[in-house]
Amino acid sequence: MPELAHHNPALAHQFENLAQQKEASTLGMWVFLVTEILFFGGLFLTYCVYRNSYADAFTAASRELIVWAGTTNTAVLITSSLTMALAVRAAQTGQRRLLMILLAATMALGCVFLGIKAFEYYAEYIAHHVPGAGFQFEAEHYRHAQIFFSLYFLMTGLHAVHMIIGLGIMAVMLWWSYRGIISAEYYNPIEISGLYWHFVDIVWIFLFPLLYLIGRHAH
Amino acid sequence: MHTDHILPTRVYYTIFGILLLCTYLTWQIAYYDLGRLNTVAALGIAVFKAVLVVLFFMHAKYSTRLTWVVAAAGVFWLGILLALTMGDYLTRGWIN
Repeated sequence: MPELAHHNPALAHQFENLAQQKEASTLGMWVFLVTEILFFGGLFLTYCVYRNSYADAFTAASRELIVWAGTTNTAVLITSSLTMALAVRAAQTGQRRLLMILLAATMALGCVFLGIKAFEYYAEYIAHHVPGAGFQFEAEHYRHAQIFFSLYFLMTGLHAVHMIIGLGIMAVMLWWSYRGIISAEYYNPIEISGLYWHFVDIVWIFLFPLLYLIGRHAH
Repeated sequence: MHTDHILPTRVYYTIFGILLLCTYLTWQIAYYDLGRLNTVAALGIAVFKAVLVVLFFMHAKYSTRLTWVVAAAGVFWLGILLALTMGDYLTRGWIN
Protein backbone atom coordinates (compact mmCIF):
# COMPACT_ATOMS: atom_id res chain seq x y z
CA MET A 1 0.00 0.00 0.00
CA PRO A 2 2.24 2.84 -1.20
CA GLU A 3 1.62 6.29 0.22
CA LEU A 4 2.57 9.78 -0.79
CA ALA A 5 3.98 10.42 2.69
CA HIS A 6 6.49 7.71 1.87
CA HIS A 7 8.59 10.36 0.17
CA ASN A 8 8.84 12.63 3.20
CA PRO A 9 12.56 12.84 4.09
CA ALA A 10 11.67 12.56 7.78
CA LEU A 11 10.24 9.05 7.26
CA ALA A 12 12.74 6.45 8.49
CA HIS A 13 12.97 3.45 6.17
CA GLN A 14 11.78 0.90 8.73
CA PHE A 15 8.31 2.48 8.90
CA GLU A 16 5.40 2.10 6.49
CA ASN A 17 4.30 5.70 6.84
CA LEU A 18 4.56 8.77 9.07
CA ALA A 19 1.52 7.83 11.14
CA GLN A 20 3.12 4.50 12.09
CA GLN A 21 6.39 6.29 12.83
CA LYS A 22 4.62 8.76 15.10
CA GLU A 23 2.82 5.96 16.94
CA ALA A 24 6.12 4.14 17.51
CA SER A 25 7.93 7.23 18.83
CA THR A 26 5.02 8.15 21.12
CA LEU A 27 4.89 4.63 22.51
CA GLY A 28 8.67 4.62 22.98
CA MET A 29 8.48 7.85 24.95
CA TRP A 30 5.75 6.45 27.19
CA VAL A 31 7.89 3.36 27.88
CA PHE A 32 10.71 5.69 28.92
CA LEU A 33 8.32 7.68 31.12
CA VAL A 34 7.29 4.44 32.87
CA THR A 35 10.93 3.92 33.88
CA GLU A 36 10.90 7.53 35.12
CA ILE A 37 7.76 6.89 37.19
CA LEU A 38 9.56 4.06 38.95
CA PHE A 39 12.79 6.10 39.25
CA PHE A 40 10.99 8.88 41.13
CA GLY A 41 8.70 6.27 42.70
CA GLY A 42 11.56 4.88 44.78
CA LEU A 43 12.10 8.33 46.30
CA PHE A 44 8.40 8.86 46.93
CA LEU A 45 8.36 5.47 48.66
CA THR A 46 11.33 6.48 50.85
CA TYR A 47 9.46 9.66 51.72
CA CYS A 48 6.36 7.63 52.72
CA VAL A 49 8.35 5.27 54.94
CA TYR A 50 10.18 8.05 56.82
CA ARG A 51 7.21 10.37 57.07
CA ASN A 52 5.26 7.48 58.57
CA SER A 53 8.03 6.91 61.13
CA TYR A 54 8.86 10.54 61.96
CA ALA A 55 5.64 12.47 61.25
CA ASP A 56 6.29 15.25 63.79
CA ALA A 57 9.82 15.97 62.58
CA PHE A 58 8.56 16.03 58.97
CA THR A 59 5.82 18.58 59.68
CA ALA A 60 8.23 20.73 61.71
CA ALA A 61 10.84 20.63 58.94
CA SER A 62 8.26 21.21 56.19
CA ARG A 63 7.19 24.45 57.91
CA GLU A 64 10.71 25.82 57.34
CA LEU A 65 10.32 25.70 53.55
CA ILE A 66 9.34 28.91 51.76
CA VAL A 67 5.73 28.21 50.86
CA TRP A 68 5.23 31.20 48.54
CA ALA A 69 8.22 30.08 46.49
CA GLY A 70 6.85 26.55 46.16
CA THR A 71 3.37 27.79 45.24
CA THR A 72 4.72 30.30 42.72
CA ASN A 73 6.89 27.61 41.16
CA THR A 74 3.87 25.31 40.83
CA ALA A 75 2.03 28.05 38.93
CA VAL A 76 5.13 28.75 36.80
CA LEU A 77 5.47 25.07 35.83
CA ILE A 78 1.77 24.71 35.03
CA THR A 79 2.02 27.81 32.81
CA SER A 80 5.06 26.29 31.08
CA SER A 81 3.01 23.13 30.48
CA LEU A 82 0.35 25.32 28.83
CA THR A 83 2.90 26.98 26.53
CA MET A 84 4.33 23.52 25.76
CA ALA A 85 0.90 22.10 24.90
CA LEU A 86 0.23 25.14 22.68
CA ALA A 87 3.66 24.68 21.08
CA VAL A 88 2.73 21.11 20.08
CA ARG A 89 -0.50 22.47 18.63
CA ALA A 90 1.38 25.16 16.70
CA ALA A 91 3.60 22.38 15.30
CA GLN A 92 0.52 20.39 14.30
CA THR A 93 -0.93 23.36 12.43
CA GLY A 94 2.43 24.25 10.86
CA GLN A 95 2.71 27.70 12.47
CA ARG A 96 6.49 27.80 12.64
CA ARG A 97 6.88 31.30 14.08
CA LEU A 98 4.30 30.68 16.81
CA LEU A 99 5.95 27.33 17.57
CA MET A 100 9.30 29.02 18.10
CA ILE A 101 7.80 31.74 20.32
CA LEU A 102 6.02 29.14 22.46
CA LEU A 103 9.12 26.95 22.78
CA ALA A 104 11.11 30.02 23.86
CA ALA A 105 8.36 30.92 26.36
CA THR A 106 8.46 27.37 27.77
CA MET A 107 12.23 27.66 28.18
CA ALA A 108 11.92 31.09 29.81
CA LEU A 109 9.39 29.75 32.33
CA GLY A 110 11.67 26.78 33.00
CA CYS A 111 14.47 29.23 33.78
CA VAL A 112 12.19 31.21 36.12
CA PHE A 113 11.41 27.96 37.95
CA LEU A 114 15.10 27.12 38.32
CA GLY A 115 15.88 30.68 39.44
CA ILE A 116 13.31 30.52 42.22
CA LYS A 117 14.59 27.05 43.15
CA ALA A 118 18.17 28.39 43.34
CA PHE A 119 16.98 31.23 45.59
CA GLU A 120 15.31 28.67 47.88
CA TYR A 121 18.42 26.49 48.05
CA TYR A 122 20.44 29.57 48.95
CA ALA A 123 17.93 30.58 51.67
CA GLU A 124 18.01 27.06 53.12
CA TYR A 125 21.80 27.03 53.04
CA ILE A 126 21.89 30.34 54.95
CA ALA A 127 19.37 28.95 57.47
CA HIS A 128 21.64 25.92 58.13
CA HIS A 129 19.08 23.49 56.79
CA VAL A 130 21.52 21.53 54.64
CA PRO A 131 22.01 18.11 56.33
CA GLY A 132 25.46 17.45 57.69
CA ALA A 133 27.86 18.96 60.21
CA GLY A 134 26.46 22.51 59.87
CA PHE A 135 22.83 21.49 60.27
CA GLN A 136 20.84 23.44 62.87
CA PHE A 137 17.35 22.58 64.07
CA GLU A 138 15.36 22.37 67.31
CA ALA A 139 16.96 19.63 69.44
CA GLU A 140 13.86 17.42 69.59
CA HIS A 141 13.79 16.86 65.80
CA TYR A 142 17.48 17.41 65.04
CA ARG A 143 18.18 13.93 63.64
CA HIS A 144 14.92 13.24 61.84
CA ALA A 145 14.55 16.73 60.34
CA GLN A 146 17.80 15.97 58.52
CA ILE A 147 16.08 13.01 56.87
CA PHE A 148 13.36 15.36 55.65
CA PHE A 149 15.87 17.86 54.29
CA SER A 150 17.94 15.08 52.68
CA LEU A 151 14.83 13.91 50.85
CA TYR A 152 13.87 17.50 50.04
CA PHE A 153 17.23 18.24 48.39
CA LEU A 154 17.40 14.85 46.68
CA MET A 155 13.87 14.93 45.26
CA THR A 156 13.81 18.60 44.21
CA GLY A 157 17.43 18.24 43.00
CA LEU A 158 16.60 15.24 40.80
CA HIS A 159 13.56 17.16 39.57
CA ALA A 160 15.74 20.21 38.80
CA VAL A 161 18.18 17.99 36.84
CA HIS A 162 15.20 16.85 34.76
CA MET A 163 14.26 20.50 34.21
CA ILE A 164 17.78 21.31 33.01
CA ILE A 165 17.73 18.32 30.62
CA GLY A 166 14.30 19.54 29.48
CA LEU A 167 15.75 22.98 28.72
CA GLY A 168 18.44 21.29 26.62
CA ILE A 169 15.80 19.30 24.71
CA MET A 170 13.76 22.47 24.12
CA ALA A 171 16.86 24.26 22.83
CA VAL A 172 17.32 21.50 20.24
CA MET A 173 13.62 21.67 19.33
CA LEU A 174 13.90 25.42 18.89
CA TRP A 175 16.89 24.90 16.60
CA TRP A 176 15.08 22.20 14.57
CA SER A 177 12.02 24.45 14.26
CA TYR A 178 14.22 27.29 13.06
CA ARG A 179 15.89 24.98 10.53
CA GLY A 180 12.47 23.94 9.21
CA ILE A 181 12.92 20.27 10.14
CA ILE A 182 9.59 20.38 12.01
CA SER A 183 6.44 20.50 9.91
CA ALA A 184 2.71 19.75 10.21
CA GLU A 185 3.46 16.31 8.70
CA TYR A 186 6.46 15.62 10.95
CA TYR A 187 6.24 17.00 14.47
CA ASN A 188 6.98 13.84 16.53
CA PRO A 189 10.04 15.43 18.16
CA ILE A 190 7.92 18.30 19.51
CA GLU A 191 5.17 15.93 20.62
CA ILE A 192 7.44 13.58 22.59
CA SER A 193 9.52 16.45 24.03
CA GLY A 194 6.19 17.77 25.26
CA LEU A 195 5.44 14.40 26.89
CA TYR A 196 8.72 14.67 28.78
CA TRP A 197 8.07 18.26 29.86
CA HIS A 198 4.56 17.46 31.10
CA PHE A 199 5.87 14.44 33.01
CA VAL A 200 8.37 16.63 34.86
CA ASP A 201 5.48 18.99 35.64
CA ILE A 202 3.47 16.07 37.09
CA VAL A 203 6.38 15.09 39.37
CA TRP A 204 6.34 18.64 40.78
CA ILE A 205 2.55 18.51 41.20
CA PHE A 206 3.18 15.72 43.74
CA LEU A 207 6.36 17.15 45.28
CA PHE A 208 4.70 20.49 46.08
CA PRO A 209 2.05 19.33 48.60
CA LEU A 210 4.21 16.53 50.04
CA LEU A 211 7.19 18.79 50.77
CA TYR A 212 5.77 22.28 51.32
CA LEU A 213 2.28 21.86 52.71
CA ILE A 214 2.31 19.06 55.28
CA GLY A 215 2.90 21.25 58.33
CA ARG A 216 1.01 24.44 57.49
CA HIS A 217 -2.01 23.98 59.77
CA ALA A 218 -0.17 22.89 62.93
CA HIS A 219 0.94 26.10 64.63
CA MET B 1 -3.60 9.60 6.33
CA HIS B 2 -4.12 12.10 9.09
CA THR B 3 -5.45 10.71 12.34
CA ASP B 4 -4.02 13.47 14.54
CA HIS B 5 -6.42 15.28 16.79
CA ILE B 6 -5.79 18.98 16.75
CA LEU B 7 -7.59 20.24 19.82
CA PRO B 8 -9.07 23.74 19.92
CA THR B 9 -6.92 26.10 22.03
CA ARG B 10 -9.97 26.60 24.27
CA VAL B 11 -9.40 23.07 25.68
CA TYR B 12 -5.83 23.92 26.73
CA TYR B 13 -6.84 27.22 28.34
CA THR B 14 -9.68 25.52 30.25
CA ILE B 15 -7.38 22.78 31.60
CA PHE B 16 -4.81 25.44 32.51
CA GLY B 17 -7.47 27.37 34.46
CA ILE B 18 -8.58 24.25 36.35
CA LEU B 19 -4.95 23.37 37.18
CA LEU B 20 -4.30 26.84 38.61
CA LEU B 21 -7.54 26.73 40.59
CA CYS B 22 -6.55 23.32 42.02
CA THR B 23 -3.12 24.69 42.98
CA TYR B 24 -4.79 27.56 44.85
CA LEU B 25 -7.19 25.10 46.57
CA THR B 26 -4.48 22.67 47.69
CA TRP B 27 -2.44 25.59 49.07
CA GLN B 28 -5.39 27.06 51.01
CA ILE B 29 -6.71 23.73 52.32
CA ALA B 30 -3.30 23.05 53.86
CA TYR B 31 -3.90 25.85 56.40
CA TYR B 32 -6.99 24.13 57.88
CA ASP B 33 -6.48 21.33 60.35
CA LEU B 34 -8.45 18.42 58.93
CA GLY B 35 -6.47 15.66 60.61
CA ARG B 36 -5.73 12.78 58.24
CA LEU B 37 -7.96 14.40 55.62
CA ASN B 38 -5.22 16.98 54.94
CA THR B 39 -3.09 14.32 53.26
CA VAL B 40 -6.09 12.78 51.52
CA ALA B 41 -7.13 16.18 50.11
CA ALA B 42 -3.58 17.10 49.04
CA LEU B 43 -3.00 13.79 47.26
CA GLY B 44 -6.53 13.69 45.84
CA ILE B 45 -6.07 17.10 44.22
CA ALA B 46 -2.57 16.15 43.00
CA VAL B 47 -3.89 12.96 41.38
CA PHE B 48 -6.74 14.93 39.76
CA LYS B 49 -4.27 17.49 38.37
CA ALA B 50 -1.95 14.73 37.09
CA VAL B 51 -4.86 12.97 35.34
CA LEU B 52 -5.85 16.22 33.59
CA VAL B 53 -2.26 16.77 32.41
CA VAL B 54 -1.97 13.17 31.16
CA LEU B 55 -5.34 13.14 29.38
CA PHE B 56 -5.25 16.54 27.70
CA PHE B 57 -1.73 18.04 27.67
CA MET B 58 -0.14 14.65 26.97
CA HIS B 59 -2.98 13.66 24.61
CA ALA B 60 -3.46 10.27 26.30
CA LYS B 61 -7.22 10.65 25.73
CA TYR B 62 -6.54 10.49 21.99
CA SER B 63 -3.73 7.91 22.07
CA THR B 64 -3.81 4.26 21.07
CA ARG B 65 -4.88 1.46 23.42
CA LEU B 66 -1.30 0.28 23.49
CA THR B 67 -0.16 3.63 24.92
CA TRP B 68 -2.89 3.36 27.54
CA VAL B 69 -1.67 -0.11 28.57
CA VAL B 70 1.93 1.11 28.91
CA ALA B 71 0.97 4.18 30.96
CA ALA B 72 -1.37 2.15 33.17
CA ALA B 73 1.35 -0.47 33.71
CA GLY B 74 3.68 2.25 35.04
CA VAL B 75 1.11 3.40 37.57
CA PHE B 76 0.23 -0.21 38.43
CA TRP B 77 3.83 -1.14 39.22
CA LEU B 78 4.25 2.04 41.24
CA GLY B 79 1.16 0.89 43.15
CA ILE B 80 2.79 -2.48 43.87
CA LEU B 81 5.95 -0.75 45.07
CA LEU B 82 4.03 1.53 47.45
CA ALA B 83 1.35 -0.93 48.59
CA LEU B 84 3.59 -3.87 49.43
CA THR B 85 6.26 -1.79 51.17
CA MET B 86 3.81 0.30 53.17
CA GLY B 87 1.82 -2.86 53.88
CA ASP B 88 4.91 -3.94 55.77
CA TYR B 89 5.76 -0.67 57.53
CA LEU B 90 2.21 0.27 58.50
CA THR B 91 1.51 -3.11 60.11
CA ARG B 92 4.73 -3.56 62.09
CA GLY B 93 3.08 -2.07 65.17
CA TRP B 94 0.54 -4.91 65.18
CA ILE B 95 3.13 -7.37 66.43
CA ASN B 96 3.57 -7.46 70.17
